[in-house]
Amino acid sequence: MKERGRIYVLPAIIILSLVTIYPLVYVFYLSLHRNMPIFGISKFVALKNYMFLLKDERFWNALKNTIYFTGISVMAELLLGLMIAIFLNRPFRGKGIVRAIVLIPWAIPTVVSAKMWEWIYNPDFGILNYILRENINWLGSPFWAINAAIFMDVWKTTPFAVLLFMAGLKLIPRELYQAAKVDGASDIQIFINITLPLLKPIVLVVLLFRTLDAFRVFDAIYVLTGGGPGNSTETLSIYAYKTLFQTLQFGYGSALSVVVFLCIGIISLFYVRMLLK
Amino acid sequence: MIKKAGFYLFLFLLISYCLGPIFWQLITSLKPDIELTKIPPILPQHPTVVHYISVFKRHPFLKIIRNSLVVASFTTIFSLAVGSLSAFALAKLKLKGKMLILGFALSVSIFPPISTVSPLYIIIRGLGLRDTIWALIITYTTFSLPLSIWMLTNFFKQIPDELYLAARIDGCSPFQAFYKILLPLCAPGISATAILVFIFSWNEFLFALTFTSTTASRTIPIAIALFPGIHEIPWGEIAAATIIVIIPLIVLVIAFQRRIVEGLTAGAIKG
Repeated sequence: MKERGRIYVLPAIIILSLVTIYPLVYVFYLSLHRNMPIFGISKFVALKNYMFLLKDERFWNALKNTIYFTGISVMAELLLGLMIAIFLNRPFRGKGIVRAIVLIPWAIPTVVSAKMWEWIYNPDFGILNYILRENINWLGSPFWAINAAIFMDVWKTTPFAVLLFMAGLKLIPRELYQAAKVDGASDIQIFINITLPLLKPIVLVVLLFRTLDAFRVFDAIYVLTGGGPGNSTETLSIYAYKTLFQTLQFGYGSALSVVVFLCIGIISLFYVRMLLK
Repeated sequence: MIKKAGFYLFLFLLISYCLGPIFWQLITSLKPDIELTKIPPILPQHPTVVHYISVFKRHPFLKIIRNSLVVASFTTIFSLAVGSLSAFALAKLKLKGKMLILGFALSVSIFPPISTVSPLYIIIRGLGLRDTIWALIITYTTFSLPLSIWMLTNFFKQIPDELYLAARIDGCSPFQAFYKILLPLCAPGISATAILVFIFSWNEFLFALTFTSTTASRTIPIAIALFPGIHEIPWGEIAAATIIVIIPLIVLVIAFQRRIVEGLTAGAIKG
């Protein structure tokens, strides 16, 4: 039987090449130019945009913010997700409905959750200050704003980690736990010596997905704070977006976009190597 | 006994944590304007639906919802059509470089949207598609393809090769075997994939923000992010709009909870 598989994959490959690979080459090309499309300006400047980037304090600030946001939120999501998953890893009535409820923050649009939290953080009429009996300007102070954004992100994305961990925990045979209990292992010993090693691949997968997602964060912070106050919550994606579509510097904005792409590439390679080990 | 009580306390805390912010939004949406700028009380003293009415009367929200529905539906259909063809070839046919194709799809799925938004903007403007829903449908179809291909390949692989071969021996062409045998057998997998693609396009923000500029093509996330207020931020209307958008998602999640979880975890654990 002659089976020709090629024509079946052709549409996907054509679409992916045209709408992702071609733009990727194009963005690199743009980044080598001084380009302002509305004025019809386009001039080849070689690596000048990248040279400028190295001295651009706003870029380093955005990189710092991105790393801080990614590091803290991914760690928090991982620990919280693992904790919740372990708690839920037992049969109980209404497990399906609890799983559905945990999924809800994940399913609602990021923009919607950002607007929701903006109202919760409202300094005068927000419920957070009311509950805490505080009077903190959450989104108005550089220190609180970035952490408020992290807290919102943790609320929205922990469910994803919980679900993956629950699926991973289900694959660990119950006999292993029973045997360990019989041998007199404590809960903490069981966790460190059985659960964690067997869960390692899932932990890495969650880390990979969440790190990549957090590193390219845009909507959450763009809607919650717009990058402010000052530039205290401006991440790389937001800086690149503002450069592209607010100050209309397509060349420099594209150079920033290329840098985001390179960072993502490096992070993925790092994780993939860990996974293959 | 204490252990059990502790477990239910934990469950209660978990559920409040997940639903609390949404509940607060629901309460806000029912408060008349004067009560919005007062706390306490927490609960509305004179509950009202004015905000829900004005979302539709003072804003073109119905048109916006229609845009979102059209974009998400077309994206889901296109992404699944193209994705299932590839998945079929990858799971059941002879094909050189299968791993290469899957790897290619996977690497596309990690592309940060910001890295392609500037050239895509220029291309879309050049094609005259700016501020049309087609700009969004084309982009979303592409960026959801890797997910479709991976998930559907996994689901097709679960169907025994013998079934496919039997159909071929009975005289089906590969394509007939695909849509008469494999597709119906994979219905659960296809609906799981469809839900995830639908949610992705329903929620997407960056491309929609860049490619749209009027109500002709704006989708819900853009409308909510840019909700216009005359003097101050209309928190009541925003809250009402939020609740309107969240309800269908909650229904979808509760109805298809098992499918969604299967879809999310299948890719991550096997892949």
